[in-house]
Amino acid sequence: MNNMQNFTKGFFKENAVFVLLLGMCPTLGVTSSAINGLGMGLATTFVLIMSNLVISLVSTMIPDKVKIPSFIVIIASFVTIVDLVMAGYVPALHEQLGVFIPLIVVNCVVLGRAEAFASKNKLVPSIIDGAGMGLGFSMALTMLGAVREFFGTGKVFDFPIFKENYGMLVFVLAPGAFLALGYLIAIINRLRKA
Amino acid sequence: MAGKKESTFINMVLVLFIITLVASAALGGLYELTKEPIAKAKLNKKLKAIEEVVPAFDNNPSEEMYEVAMPSGDKLEFYPATMGGKLVGTAVKTFTTNGFSGYVWVMVGFKPDGTVNNYSVLEHKETPGLGTKMADWFKPVDPTKVKLSLVEKLGKLVGIKPAATKGGAEGDKKSIVGKNPGTINFTVSKDGGDIDAITAATISSRAFLDAVQTAYNEYMKKNNNKEISHVGTHSSATSKQATNSNKEGGKS
Repeated sequence: MNNMQNFTKGFFKENAVFVLLLGMCPTLGVTSSAINGLGMGLATTFVLIMSNLVISLVSTMIPDKVKIPSFIVIIASFVTIVDLVMAGYVPALHEQLGVFIPLIVVNCVVLGRAEAFASKNKLVPSIIDGAGMGLGFSMALTMLGAVREFFGTGKVFDFPIFKENYGMLVFVLAPGAFLALGYLIAIINRLRKA
Repeated sequence: MAGKKESTFINMVLVLFIITLVASAALGGLYELTKEPIAKAKLNKKLKAIEEVVPAFDNNPSEEMYEVAMPSGDKLEFYPATMGGKLVGTAVKTFTTNGFSGYVWVMVGFKPDGTVNNYSVLEHKETPGLGTKMADWFKPVDPTKVKLSLVEKLGKLVGIKPAATKGGAEGDKKSIVGKNPGTINFTVSKDGGDIDAITAATISSRAFLDAVQTAYNEYMKKNNNKEISHVGTHSSATSKQATNSNKEGGKS
């Protein structure tokens, strides 16, 4: 598999949300609007790239039986680093995304890629895999957020399409996340098989 | 894989020890590095919030800050804002534990008579997209700043007039600005109050109003026995002394 395929597989063929069904907790939880989805996606992308980078470097030194605990420590460290640096130097952005950052630790996309890809591959492909998977994850979350925001409040990225009063509030609430995600997965699967 | 470490006891302990050591050292160092910027950012946010919620002032409210301990152990912070020695408003950093997920911290500004001047939500963990709306929900709607939706714009092109933005009765019922918790019932309309709750976030709305009410109660308690002395002494005394007299007034 070349680097290009490595990068693009995260968007469509092996999209974390629509195909692998990984990381459902943040996917369902934070996508009440498009901007929330995008923010969560990009923060995850950063952690994914960094953890893939480190894990691909140190994986040969880690005995198999303590692989998972080691990966979790590495991932949690990067999440805390992101959290602290953002709180200190970009407080405005941190305010927007603050609630999502600690959630990244429990995101199985990150651990999944560490286990399935980074621990078996070299540095460069691992970074590319992290970037592709992360951006694909961001794309999926933004799409889901946009759909929910549109039906729920009549806006997309805060840009009003129709009046908020006519929105179906259920789409912003938890059940709407399942509904929207289900239909999006169905559409993507149809397209994939076509 | 070549060179893979065996899962022996020594290996596992050693590897985990090194990884956690490196991670904690890195995080500890970073924490020290970012401690100051984070504290600074928080302070800036607080100062900005004070400026936002009280009318224009020329003193330094942080220097005259006084606190009131609540039964829960947390403190309300009062920031009196004066203009030319005259009290123009007080910013109160207040909180509630009734939020949908934990504490909600609000900076609310009162005019001397207890009317809400403005507010600013400082910290909360409410649901994004629902409870988070409290940042603007309880402020009055400015009809000139309401953006027309795309459908309305298209409608306008073919000659359909957009519906008027609700500024009047319904818009007013959401807002707490310019209202006095002493005369208006600061609970959500579902509970028989005079304020409309955020759609689908009644708990967050209740919590928010609870925080404002707490601030108002403590503010009035303070003000009833020392408001006059505060305004009176302020022009002649330095701000430090004024703060002290506030504190004594509150205790008596």
